[in-house]
Amino acid sequence: MNFPILSSLILLPIVGALFLFFTKDKEGNNLTAKYVSLFTTVVNFLISIYLWIFFDQSTSSFQFVEDRKWIEGFINYKVGVDGISILFIILTTFITPLCIISVNNSVKNRLRDFLIAILIMESFMIGVFCALDLVVFYLFFEAGLIPMFLIIGIWGGARRVYSAFKFFLYTLLGSVLMLVAIISIYWITGTTDVVQLYEIGIDVKYQNLLWLAFFSSFAVKTPMWPVHTWLPDAHVEAPTAGSVLLAAILLKMAGYGFIRFSLGLFPVASEVFTPLIYTLSVIAIIFTSLIALMQEDMKKLIAYSSVAHMGFVTLGIFTLQQQGIEGSIIQMISHGLVSAALFLTVGVVYDRMHSRLISTYGGLVSVIPKYSVLFMLFALASLGLPGTSGFIGEFLILMGAFKDNFLVAVIASIGVILGAAYMLWLYKRVVFGKLLNENLKKILDLNRSEYFILSCLAVPILFFGFYPDPLINTIEVSVTDLINMHNTNIASK
Amino acid sequence: MENLNLILPEIFISLSIMFLLILGVFKNDSSKITFNLSLFAILITTIITINETFSVTRETLFNESVVIDSMSSLMKIITLIGGFIVLVISSTYLKTFKIYNIEYPVLILSSILGMMVMISSNDLIVFYMGLELQSLALYVLATYNRDQLKSSEAGLKYFVLSALSSGLLLYGCSLVYGFSGSTNFDIISNQLNSEEYVLTFGIVFILVGLAFKISAVPFHMWAPDVYEGSPTTVTLFFTIVPKVAALTVFIRFLYVPFLNLIDQWQMIIVFLSIASMIFGAVAAIGQTNIKRLIAYSSIGHIGYTLAGLATASNEGIQSSIIYISIYVIMNLALFSCLLMLRRKDQYYENIDDLSGLSKNHPLLSLCLLSILFSLAGIPPLAGFFAKFYVFKAVLEQSMYFLAIVGLLSTVVAAFYYLRIIKIMYFDKEKDKYDTDHSLWLKFSLTVSTILILLYFIFPSQLVEVVSRINII
Repeated sequence: MNFPILSSLILLPIVGALFLFFTKDKEGNNLTAKYVSLFTTVVNFLISIYLWIFFDQSTSSFQFVEDRKWIEGFINYKVGVDGISILFIILTTFITPLCIISVNNSVKNRLRDFLIAILIMESFMIGVFCALDLVVFYLFFEAGLIPMFLIIGIWGGARRVYSAFKFFLYTLLGSVLMLVAIISIYWITGTTDVVQLYEIGIDVKYQNLLWLAFFSSFAVKTPMWPVHTWLPDAHVEAPTAGSVLLAAILLKMAGYGFIRFSLGLFPVASEVFTPLIYTLSVIAIIFTSLIALMQEDMKKLIAYSSVAHMGFVTLGIFTLQQQGIEGSIIQMISHGLVSAALFLTVGVVYDRMHSRLISTYGGLVSVIPKYSVLFMLFALASLGLPGTSGFIGEFLILMGAFKDNFLVAVIASIGVILGAAYMLWLYKRVVFGKLLNENLKKILDLNRSEYFILSCLAVPILFFGFYPDPLINTIEVSVTDLINMHNTNIASK
Repeated sequence: MENLNLILPEIFISLSIMFLLILGVFKNDSSKITFNLSLFAILITTIITINETFSVTRETLFNESVVIDSMSSLMKIITLIGGFIVLVISSTYLKTFKIYNIEYPVLILSSILGMMVMISSNDLIVFYMGLELQSLALYVLATYNRDQLKSSEAGLKYFVLSALSSGLLLYGCSLVYGFSGSTNFDIISNQLNSEEYVLTFGIVFILVGLAFKISAVPFHMWAPDVYEGSPTTVTLFFTIVPKVAALTVFIRFLYVPFLNLIDQWQMIIVFLSIASMIFGAVAAIGQTNIKRLIAYSSIGHIGYTLAGLATASNEGIQSSIIYISIYVIMNLALFSCLLMLRRKDQYYENIDDLSGLSKNHPLLSLCLLSILFSLAGIPPLAGFFAKFYVFKAVLEQSMYFLAIVGLLSTVVAAFYYLRIIKIMYFDKEKDKYDTDHSLWLKFSLTVSTILILLYFIFPSQLVEVVSRINII
């Protein structure tokens, strides 16, 4: 058997966390802890790059598969990647080290514990994206609640307790129905192995209910309107690194889940419920964009923009077109990079001024030009300017949508305009205008580590904006086969 | 001649009780040696029982009134280990309250003896004998801290209500005897086929009595008061050991004598289960005392165990047994934490006393954190797997309503566990607690926490042991 590369990806952060656990916690800036965790996550990133290099793009079957007996005769510990999941793993391993560098400025107390929580979170998130067994997937999916609850609750802002509880209970409530569905699938088909389930298929008469149970979990996690209300609270109160993890990776679990499980396992039900998803997505796009326009808190504005962007993602997935699904995946990757970057840019000024209100700022361009340039890049990427990765995703999604349903596509396009409106208005109010606030005059421009983090994010955003081929090549075969499988399933029913 | 080797554990433990009583009479200041000897006695009994497990599949004794099978052996082992740990971590607590006397270990031993008889019983009379033996010992244990008003109140309440339930149980037994003409479970099982109303009354009376013993809603009223009032170590004993024994008897009653009457009792068990799950989750939210909170949480956990029993399948019984085993480990861990909240000879048992624990005692609060998440049933901790097996069995029988209600009430229950975590981790710290705990206390906390944390690595072992239990 080959080297268990995926398990080592999952386990390495936990090993790092254990190591940190046994080091002494120092007050203030704990450099040892930071270097250890940074080293762990960078090694993890390199492993995932190695994974991408040796990944065979010409096949849609799962690669680097590990299959071990876990609970006798019932569940196997099975992990593997295909073209869809590998990108999410790389996104995770890419964002986490950046989070760890960013904690320099934002987390003051109990730094070691914070890093442990982030590392454990990373390993659970990687686990979600490579799990090939429903129970293993559920395990990782739910386990992530524990570190995130602590990250929001211990290191969060003023209303952290409320937000942490809301986050935890909302997601748990959504997920328990998925557990019922998973166990039911086991009794219906006799297995929880995703690959086998793809082959066997699930009886049509069960599909609708099972689809709804999975939907209840993914809709909360995505989040879709009307169950999105936990997201603004959690985002606003979480420390910067927590918001970044939430926006960049946690939200993608649900989108990934829709593609892997809802489409893959319940093709008939997916067709049945497409109108529901379309309606909710379109409402999410328009409604939350309008709400975002009204926000006075920068983090909240970005949080609502995340809901709108995830609305595009769900819309794209359920167009059931090649372009739509590819666009959704690229949009998720792009949103992972862009929203992470936006939360970090907000974090930069928050660390200096301790205010997230838009009205505090204004005229930043004349004091901190470097910051303003990068902020502009991310704002433009968020609204989907051609030449940034945001454009590729939205464009492909809308293309898929036009093929499938003209009206929905038109309404969604209005959302693009609204997106431009709130992002540009935010940028105008924060960066341009007169410099009224006296305290702002003393504000410092980006320091070295902030500059480094933001550039790290800016490079792939621009690179994939101009040259998305590496992404598309990776996912293409998997998506094509997914759609073929879907169509044959529909045809045979 | 019957093969008395099979009941060697019971014989050995009764001889030890008598010996310890004589020792207590003739020797002054004998509490320490009694404690150590009774620990030794439990240890020996455990070894004998474990040894027996390997050689016996199913044996009956004394005109089939006592049965030794894999379920009884396993449950006895859990009872004994639970009793051992309770006894071993009690001493500091008892010394603090100056009640470190010889009666304590003797009472624990006699209640364990009663439970072992209950677990092995295959006859109404043997069952009732064991039940009364353990109950009488437990009444005294509840009032053990007799200088405290609350402890006496707890004992009295427990006595009155328990006696009432025993009466109901006995009445039910007599009705069942009247219809079947025998006290033996196997014969009853063959005789009971009729659909007569009076027989249903008998079953209901027996189920009510048993539900009282495991404190299932709506027969749970005594639990919060008794748990709060009793000395903490006795509360620990209450929450685990008698429940294991009563659950075994529950399984025996449902699946041996009443096996043919599934239609009549299944709805009752489903109701008890749903009511306990919901009530346990909702009522715990407002509590301020940890012991009361644990009382409600254990009511909820009993609900999940009963959900497994309601399925009327071997899978369900096995899942219930797995659930109760993991529940025992979690409660041992939880109470070990509770016993560590001591400052200058005073024990603290309010939730507010945990405030900011994570800053002064990071390791202790980390243990408590994992225990609470496990109780809430969050993966990958042991508590999740316990629930997982139960719901797997429930869904096998397509009892979707039960499964969905159960899982939704875990969400409600998660709220109050999270509240404790919030107080520990998010609130301001208070004074430090003493850290000079006895080695055994640390040991029991460490081992149980490690079991909770790492259960997911080797989940098959427990399943394998339990899968030998085939009642139906």
